[in-house]
Amino acid sequence: MSATATSTSDVALYALRLGDDALILAQRLGEWSSMAPELEEDIALTNIALDLLGQARFLLTLAGELEGSGRDEDELAFGRGEREFYNCLLVEQPNVDFAHTIARQLLFSTYQLALYEPLTGSADSGLAGIAAKAVKEVAYHRDHAVKWSLRLGDGTAASHSRMQDAIERLWPYTHELFESDELVERLAVGGVAVNPAGLCDSWGQFIGATLGEATVTVPETSWRPSGGRRGEHTEAFGHMLAEMQWLHRSHPGASW
Amino acid sequence: MYGLPEERNRSQPAEPEDTALRDSFEATIAADERIEPRDWMPDEYRTTLVRQIAQHAHSEIIGMQPEGNWITRAPSLQRKAILMAKVQDEAGHGMYLYSAAETLGVSRDQLVELLLAGKQKYSSIFNYPTLSWADMGAIGWLVDGAAIMNQIPLTRCSYGPYARAMVRVCKEESFHQRQGFEILHTLSHGTGAQHEMAQDAVNRWWWPSLMMFGPPDDESPHTAQSMAWKIKRFTNDELRQRFVDICVPQAAVLELTLPDPDLRLDEPTGNYRYGEIDWEEFKRVLKGDGPCNRQRLEHRTRAHEEGRWVREAAAAYAAKRARAEERLAA
Repeated sequence: MSATATSTSDVALYALRLGDDALILAQRLGEWSSMAPELEEDIALTNIALDLLGQARFLLTLAGELEGSGRDEDELAFGRGEREFYNCLLVEQPNVDFAHTIARQLLFSTYQLALYEPLTGSADSGLAGIAAKAVKEVAYHRDHAVKWSLRLGDGTAASHSRMQDAIERLWPYTHELFESDELVERLAVGGVAVNPAGLCDSWGQFIGATLGEATVTVPETSWRPSGGRRGEHTEAFGHMLAEMQWLHRSHPGASW
Repeated sequence: MYGLPEERNRSQPAEPEDTALRDSFEATIAADERIEPRDWMPDEYRTTLVRQIAQHAHSEIIGMQPEGNWITRAPSLQRKAILMAKVQDEAGHGMYLYSAAETLGVSRDQLVELLLAGKQKYSSIFNYPTLSWADMGAIGWLVDGAAIMNQIPLTRCSYGPYARAMVRVCKEESFHQRQGFEILHTLSHGTGAQHEMAQDAVNRWWWPSLMMFGPPDDESPHTAQSMAWKIKRFTNDELRQRFVDICVPQAAVLELTLPDPDLRLDEPTGNYRYGEIDWEEFKRVLKGDGPCNRQRLEHRTRAHEEGRWVREAAAAYAAKRARAEERLAA
């Protein structure tokens, strides 16, 4: 395989990782429809889901084009099995309650914004273009999550305890966000990808300040679950995927 | 907020100034101008509007459920995005309509409590289940199509805030109707299984859609007064006929059959005559015994109850912030 071909498939896989993060979180947020605590939040959570779904569609399409095997966004979204999805474990965590949903959004949007900002300067014009559009959206997602983190953390005793619990439950999954591997390192050298290892400090500062203001304690954990980028997911993921893919897979070759 | 209009004492004899106010109200209606929130209006007019706008708002909110049922299972990413946006539009419509009702002196919270207590209704159509993806098409084409037929005249309703809310609602509904038609068109011209799915959906949604226009004119208790007040512009049967006349040629384009053996063109009038509507079914569903009445209200109640601690947290946080700002200002 030539150096260029390797590089193209690397970019395809990288785009797939980013696209899967967005797609899977959009799917989780979509589960909130008609269940949110108030109408305004039903609309807001759907808006965030729609933004993420839009990002996912661009990224999966780009991945399909780069891999050159003719797979489009739907084949990638509905045709792959559990072990072929490369999203981080954080985004597949179940909604549980509004506090978990907000905590997940805070932790992820802060990471995604930190990642997309430098990605706007990627040597790959496709990725740079997608990041440039997404960065504006994600800034709003983070802002929304920050505001709700403050309300829940520093609201009532009940909301505080739920928010604290959510952060403790989700915190272990944040370590994976900053893991690097050979793929990312190769692409980062070429200026295509952003090495997430370098984002950890600024992410930690922002999250620490937000949670501090929300009177939520940042937990210390030794458990560092990982594997999403290699296609090793949590048990809940398969159920989510089964629901998402069932109809599409029931009608092979059909158009919708 | 104020009490509900129904709770006010309406048995007081008319004062002389009331007569002048009533004359002015009647003159505004006669001139086809708008009644605005600050204008005097008869209690019965206010009550009728609150009942109708609240029912409309509740229908939008309850109506999110049958379609929300397919968001996680939509068969393509594009369809998923469109469906999410559509359900989101419905939440938005609910918000404008609750706001329009608030101009009449009732709060959203009060209306939601009445809905959950079963004291106010929502459109019966949402008590039917969405059993296949094709139902997303049938709801768009038929249910949103019927809703538009009912709602376009409301953009000229005599009550200003309601009329203005309906302008935006109708624009979005029109998009919803076309996307529903497009879903059915794709399915009908797709694989055999997809065509069958589309036909089955139309078979299940056709008759309930005709019921959406309400009981026949001679059994519609509110029609005459609502038309006199120019809240309503056409009768139930007039709108139902117009809907049937529009749907028949569209069904031909879809290559789907409408499930009515009595459907035929009446040459002299150019209208399509349709078979007997099962009004017993309509009454049953209205009374609470439709396939999903209990489920829809339980779902709404659960979302409301499970969200209570969040709303309380937001209120507590806002109060804390306000106190902190007061301390700073002092």
